[in-house]
Amino acid sequence: MSVVLEHITKIYGQQRAVDDLSFSVKKGEIVGLLGPNGAGKTTTMKMITGYLRPSSGVILVDDEDVALSGKSIRQKIGYLPENNPLYHHMYVREFLGFVAKVHKLKNVQEAVKDRIRQTGLEAEQHKKIGELSKGYKQRVGLAQAIMHDPEVLILDEPISGLDPNQLIEIRQLIKQLAIDKTIIFSSHILQEVEFICDRIIILDKGRCVADKPLNQMRHSVYRQYKVRFIRPVELKKLENMEDLESVDDLGDATYLLTYSQGRDRASEIFDFTVEQDNKLILLKEEVSTLEEVFQKMTIK
Amino acid sequence: MASIFFKEINSFFSSLTGYIVIAVFLVITGLFLWVFSDTSIFNYNFASLGQLFAIAPTVFLFLIPSITMGSFSGETQAGTMEFLLTKPLSSADVLLGKFAASWVLVLCAILPTLIYYYSIYQLGSPVGNIDTGQVFGSYVGLIMLSGSLTSVGIFASSLTQNQIIAFLMAALMSFFMFWGFDFISTLPIFMGKSDAFVQYIGLLEHYENISKGRIDLKDLIYFISFICFFLWGTFISINKDKFAGQ
Repeated sequence: MSVVLEHITKIYGQQRAVDDLSFSVKKGEIVGLLGPNGAGKTTTMKMITGYLRPSSGVILVDDEDVALSGKSIRQKIGYLPENNPLYHHMYVREFLGFVAKVHKLKNVQEAVKDRIRQTGLEAEQHKKIGELSKGYKQRVGLAQAIMHDPEVLILDEPISGLDPNQLIEIRQLIKQLAIDKTIIFSSHILQEVEFICDRIIILDKGRCVADKPLNQMRHSVYRQYKVRFIRPVELKKLENMEDLESVDDLGDATYLLTYSQGRDRASEIFDFTVEQDNKLILLKEEVSTLEEVFQKMTIK
Repeated sequence: MASIFFKEINSFFSSLTGYIVIAVFLVITGLFLWVFSDTSIFNYNFASLGQLFAIAPTVFLFLIPSITMGSFSGETQAGTMEFLLTKPLSSADVLLGKFAASWVLVLCAILPTLIYYYSIYQLGSPVGNIDTGQVFGSYVGLIMLSGSLTSVGIFASSLTQNQIIAFLMAALMSFFMFWGFDFISTLPIFMGKSDAFVQYIGLLEHYENISKGRIDLKDLIYFISFICFFLWGTFISINKDKFAGQ
């Protein structure tokens, strides 16, 4: 099931929390929504779930306008809100039973049992939610989000605040759930995004600053190559190369070449070496980490 | 709506809230009706439940806000309101479910007072010497009054995330809606001119009318529109975030 946002704007008082945002997510895609705090991630997600109404623009889930469709569309969307709000005085089973009833599922007991098994809550199912550790609370949150087997899953910071072990478990859980679902999830833990997502959308001040598949995203800011020649080259000659932003002499006939964003330069470097009657010993592309991309895009 | 109703009822009775509300109501009304010598039925020497219906509204003025104070402010504070409204529930479902659950809890507190009626019925000389029609009317009045105060409490609770503020606002608003208009009607500008009309806006006037045992359609319509008015206010209040900036 697809999710389409068309020119979405949300205004709170004077502030534009989301500013003319458009993107679409195809069925089965896993998209990571990234951005610094206050970039509009949560607001965007709340609008997709229908909790907030956009000030202008249209959101279509499965070709249905979220603002007009009311209750029926929410049967198709599973949502894990930020900070995972739960009823701490309720028991795990009781809570999931309540969620199943809200969704008007036919076989409540069966559904609750299934979700408890799927999210690995068997050992904790008779405890009060307030007594659970953060990782298990997150599982309960995921269990309620997938209770009605929704085709679209919206997860707002599903892995923030977890310890490394819990993090790996929840990450795997999301990966398992991801099969045949459309997932939009937000995070500011970039490694997580790398593990889970196919595509990344970076938001900043309510606007979309980048929307690319993960592997392209790494090259979208700049490309860097580490090269070593058999003999040192004059820096001036290197600097004459097309599109080159900077050269760092690392010593020992080794240089770090930084190009402004764009195509692969490996063959050009090779040609250059031949031209200079030199020999290339090492040619390695330095892949920029997502952190660097993220920083470049959002700090200006 | 039903799922919300049962969730709320469950939470009242799985914690102490439900039991304490019922106990407090019965203890206070019981003391005034049977024990305190100033108001006790044994000194009064009339087989009447009048004392119960005189004291019950005062008890409700602080008891009902304590039931309703958590209904929305607790949810918004914990963030679970967002959880509820992104489920296939309309805000009307949530609102009516919560209102009905709180009202039912109050009715659960009123119900045992039928024992008082039975006792007085038996104590009467001769047995059964009690104006049953009037008692029935008074019960209808009390039930409608409790519904009205519940709607005020729910409304107050939807205005703030802080439960204590919700409680105080509800108590103040209930107090004003119950007695306030009576006081205002005695002001010189209204006295002798529109004082009857001002009294008519408040709850007390209608409660007393019904309590006399005369169940008038006018008063019932008043109570029902009172409840609808505050539920409508609550509806707007819980949806105000959703439509912000439009």
